[in-house]
Amino acid sequence: MTSVSMTVNGKSVTADVAPNTLLVQFIRENLRLTGTHVGCDTSQCGACTVHVNGDSVKSCTMLAVQADGAEVTTIEGLANGADLHPMQEAFKENHGLQCGFCTPGMIMSAVDLVKRNPNPSEETIRKELEGNICRCTGYHNIVKSVKQASENMGG
Amino acid sequence: MYSFEYERPKGISEAVGAVGEDDKFLAGGQSFLPTLKLRLAQVDKLVDLGSIAELKGITVSGNEVSIGAMTTHATVASSADVKSSIPALAHLAAHIGDAQVRNRGTIGGSIANNDPAADYPSALVALGATVHTNNRTIAAEDFFVDLFETALEEGELITKVTFPIAEKAGYAKFPNPASRFALVGVFVAKTASGVRVAVTGAGPSVFRQGDMEAALDSNFSPDAVKGIKTDASGLNSDIHASAEYRAHLISVMASRAVAAAS
Ligand SMILES: Cc1cc2nc3c(=O)[nH]c(=O)nc-3n(C[C@H](O)[C@H](O)[C@H](O)COP(=O)(O)OP(=O)(O)OC[C@H]3O[C@@H](n4cnc5c(N)ncnc54)[C@H](O)[C@@H]3O)c2cc1C
Ligand code: FES
Ligand code: FES
Repeated sequence: MTSVSMTVNGKSVTADVAPNTLLVQFIRENLRLTGTHVGCDTSQCGACTVHVNGDSVKSCTMLAVQADGAEVTTIEGLANGADLHPMQEAFKENHGLQCGFCTPGMIMSAVDLVKRNPNPSEETIRKELEGNICRCTGYHNIVKSVKQASENMGG
Repeated sequence: MYSFEYERPKGISEAVGAVGEDDKFLAGGQSFLPTLKLRLAQVDKLVDLGSIAELKGITVSGNEVSIGAMTTHATVASSADVKSSIPALAHLAAHIGDAQVRNRGTIGGSIANNDPAADYPSALVALGATVHTNNRTIAAEDFFVDLFETALEEGELITKVTFPIAEKAGYAKFPNPASRFALVGVFVAKTASGVRVAVTGAGPSVFRQGDMEAALDSNFSPDAVKGIKTDASGLNSDIHASAEYRAHLISVMASRAVAAAS
């Protein structure tokens, strides 16, 4: 076992984990934050996307021990109490989801993409979301949601 | 994943000292962790390079761009220095995989892995880059040996890659629509010592296309390579594309790479 300490959604956590524990396992099973989903477990779908030190990563393709000392944000960390994050609000308003399975990862990727591209074109949004797969929506309303959120986020 | 031990040293010599016969370095983990998860590999220990500050970063001096082994694809793609000195290299990095893969994956990990469909090998060979390790330097052309095989010895650590700045360079790839890996990628560089054309994705490992180099030496234009064929024998054939189709794509991508060169 190896000891890891990290800050998750603003709270510091420390635990002993086996080195082969994935970050997503740690988040879901140790911390019981089940908003981060596992879709494929093969680095393809992006359902497991979280932020590590502000950058979007696939938490099924990172070890918990690699996040030692890092700041991690999951979907549970975006809202401010009862106030949804502008990205969450925009997905709700634009019907940017159907079953919702891909949505946590989609939103975490979208927040990162708007951080890097404050005023993204539709083309940029589509390219930047290449790492996130949705089986329901056909993406159209997702792109609309991200576009609107980027405007509301002051881009 | 089978179980393993884990170590995260702070320096190059500690990392080299820590890696034993059945151990592996871990960079961004974007190739190796999926391999471990599929149990296609097993290690006693992973030596994580993530805390070694001297392996990260980009510097430009004189006629050379130097990129630390642990520099991520996202950092190369967004670097103002790379964009101004070798824009084709920033373009290449910006089209590797997806945003999350680019945030973790590194240049050192990509070239050590030498996936036949990886993007970076073509840039290293076309630009005439040098791979620096903990104990020697290796010319890019000698570095990439064969399918998933490089000139690295057991336990040898890549520290950085240095790229001479070309007069002009361009990269074009036909991405696999699912993974974005190159079905075929062609990197063209106009250097002081002539034009170099390197092809990835098409064969077991990156290779130079000599006929195209000769044609571009006398006429550096997209049309100069359009009619030049590559022999399909020995090229990769799989569910995504036949060897003949890949051979055809080499001419198309080479022509686009020349058109994009700046
Ligand atoms: C969904 C997906 C899509 C992708 N698409 C593309 C693509 O379009 N184009 C492309 O080129 N790649 C693609 N990749 C691969 C990606 O670029 C990887 O990041 C890269 O191949 C490996 O880099 P890494 O830093 O993650 O290395 P790791 O996975 O950590 O390591 C890979 C290997 O290199 C060794 N190694 C790492 N660093 C060093 C070093 N400094 N010295 C010696 N040995 C070292 C490790 O021991 C290991 O054997 C994709 C990956 C995924 C998951
Ligand atoms: S579960 Fe991580 S990418 Fe699909
Ligand atoms: S809403 Fe069902 S997978 Fe995207």
